[in-house]
Amino acid sequence: MTDALRAPNAAPAPSAAAGVATGEPLLSISQLTKYFPIRRGLFGREAGAVRAVDGVSLQVGRGETLGIVGESGCGKTTLGRCILRLIEPTSGQIHFDGIDVRALDPASMRRLRRRMQIIFQDPFSSLNPRMTVGAIVREGLTIHKLAAGAEADNRVRQLLEEVGLRPEYASRYPHEFSGGQRQRIGIARALAVEPELIVCDEPVSALDVSVQAQVINLLQDLQRDRGLTYLFIAHDLSVVEHIATRVSVMYLGKIVELASAADVYREPVMPYTQALLSAVPVPDPAASRERIVLTGDVPSPANPPSGCVFHPRCPHPAKDAACTVIVPPLEEKAPGHVAACIKQPPTTVPWHAQQQAGATRQPERHLPLAAITHGVSP
Amino acid sequence: MTQPALLTVSDLRTYFYTGAGVARAVDGVSFTIGTGETLGIVGESGCGKSVTALSILRLVQQPGRIEPGSRIMFENQDLLQLDGAGIRRVRGNRIAMIFQEPMTALNPVFTVGDQIAEVARVHASASRRAAWDRAVEMLTMVGIPAPAERANQYPHQLSGGMRQRVLIAMALIMNPALVIADEPTTALDVTIQAQILELLADLQQRLGTSIAMITHDLGVIAEVASRVLVMYGGEVVEEARVETLFTEPHHPYTEGLLHAMPRVGRRQERLAVIPGSVPPPTAWPTGCRFRDRCAYAWDRCAREHPPLYQIGVGHVSRCHLADEPERRTARATAQVSPAAQAAVPGGGA
Repeated sequence: MTDALRAPNAAPAPSAAAGVATGEPLLSISQLTKYFPIRRGLFGREAGAVRAVDGVSLQVGRGETLGIVGESGCGKTTLGRCILRLIEPTSGQIHFDGIDVRALDPASMRRLRRRMQIIFQDPFSSLNPRMTVGAIVREGLTIHKLAAGAEADNRVRQLLEEVGLRPEYASRYPHEFSGGQRQRIGIARALAVEPELIVCDEPVSALDVSVQAQVINLLQDLQRDRGLTYLFIAHDLSVVEHIATRVSVMYLGKIVELASAADVYREPVMPYTQALLSAVPVPDPAASRERIVLTGDVPSPANPPSGCVFHPRCPHPAKDAACTVIVPPLEEKAPGHVAACIKQPPTTVPWHAQQQAGATRQPERHLPLAAITHGVSP
Repeated sequence: MTQPALLTVSDLRTYFYTGAGVARAVDGVSFTIGTGETLGIVGESGCGKSVTALSILRLVQQPGRIEPGSRIMFENQDLLQLDGAGIRRVRGNRIAMIFQEPMTALNPVFTVGDQIAEVARVHASASRRAAWDRAVEMLTMVGIPAPAERANQYPHQLSGGMRQRVLIAMALIMNPALVIADEPTTALDVTIQAQILELLADLQQRLGTSIAMITHDLGVIAEVASRVLVMYGGEVVEEARVETLFTEPHHPYTEGLLHAMPRVGRRQERLAVIPGSVPPPTAWPTGCRFRDRCAYAWDRCAREHPPLYQIGVGHVSRCHLADEPERRTARATAQVSPAAQAAVPGGGA
């Protein structure tokens, strides 16, 4: 599938959005943060902040699917919404096709939203129950003045067909449809304005397994046919592995690992990624059951741990006092594979600097998952 | 299964009498659970797995009704024949239930210690003091750090994983013979899910409790269950030992579920799909209830409701392919492309 995604030009794309997945990234984010203030007392004094997104930098190439995985509260949804400025970021830069997104006035922002769309998780609350399916899909066409009258009706019918629904469903209401069909309506609505980037926020989490597969296949077909770029946010690691070209793992508002899907799943470097992957139940009763069970819960993003945010739960054998002091940089561990861990060599944090921070254990390669995943039949 | 049956459900039918017609949510389900055994019950939303669980404890609400002719034998009594006081002695005492939503299953205005202790006070007439001590003991057993302090906290002060541990403590305080766990880890993150599954397995080994694990997640089933029931359309469509189910699934629905699931470490070009969606329980198709979505279906499937065919030892499947196996091989060789990908409009549309 990777190859199919990397070559969207294999099938001629109908819109001007088509392009090859090389060269300039379509989306580029640097040092993006979103702090939600915590207010206390009678006068709403600011007593702190929830660091939902804390200095995230990443790039998404045209026609690629960047997966963002992490557990609840890691900031993945906030990140997706900040990119579309559905939530205003606190600081940092967002560039979309060279445009500085954060500098745009409201009117220009609205125009840009035509090129970046979102698909939501919950197909029950994300569709207005008082609007017909046709009106829901048509709304974007009207707002962006892309089509009107009979032409708009035709477009709506085409879009419904494209997502696998019957055109005559345009006159029905959302409650008449199952979860999978509603998710298709949400996809048709996003496609109506011919976007280049779609933020998919847990698009299949609320669906049953058999229906989930239908929607995943649909998203992949649309990407191939239209040269779409996806930012695919999900907590389900197996879904992300299936659909993503590259994967970034988030923990407490930060990216802790980012590499090609194959590298992240074959040889995760960051101990959190290792634990996360090993925790996925394997649908094979004969598979080995060795897993890294983390102790405790994710700490509060209002009061994240010092140094490496993962240190209180980290099972790395070389973890020591330095991890509680030094904030690990996101650094290259192998070609194209970055991770944030000063105990996984190679690291740009030299040993004497670690010693100054109280280190007692030399960094050492710790890849417990290689044994586990490679033990499973191919 | 070598253990003597602890629970024997036979021909359970739970119907809901709604304005839109009679919803046959559970329609002739039979199974047993042995002492100390973990039975997995797997299926998608609307297959009847949760209603089966609620029926065992007689927690089905109006307009639902357990139909005459159903039998649920547990510890030598038919639970369906018990009066109100009788079933209350079983609930929470001999059979306990763990629900999916740890947020809504706990009362927000009582401390978790009080809520666990209440079970002991009701069922064992324990004194306030003794019940509280027992509650703290249970919190220790389910691995909650600083249990004496945690017992004094309210549900909102605990994380999702902690709340699920509290529910497990509540379920186990009376040392029940059977625990019914309805999607106990679905609302939890995957690393917390791993902790809870490990805890359940450990407690089962120590206490010898039987577990009915209801889930939509085949991964969870593979980890915990020794035997599995696959449900579809209010019926059991396949039953097998867990190894058999994953290596030699017989029913096309089971086969479809296994193929539709993306798996970590096994990236594939394209996911196989089961077209369409589950029909509404007010209008199950005639004959085989899966036939509209089945790649093998032929005319017999519309005419004849398939019985549970014996496939092997402890392995049954509700599919006529058992009778005409040559149809499967014929199709497997003829077929190249996956089944139609387009969404067949479901019953709801």
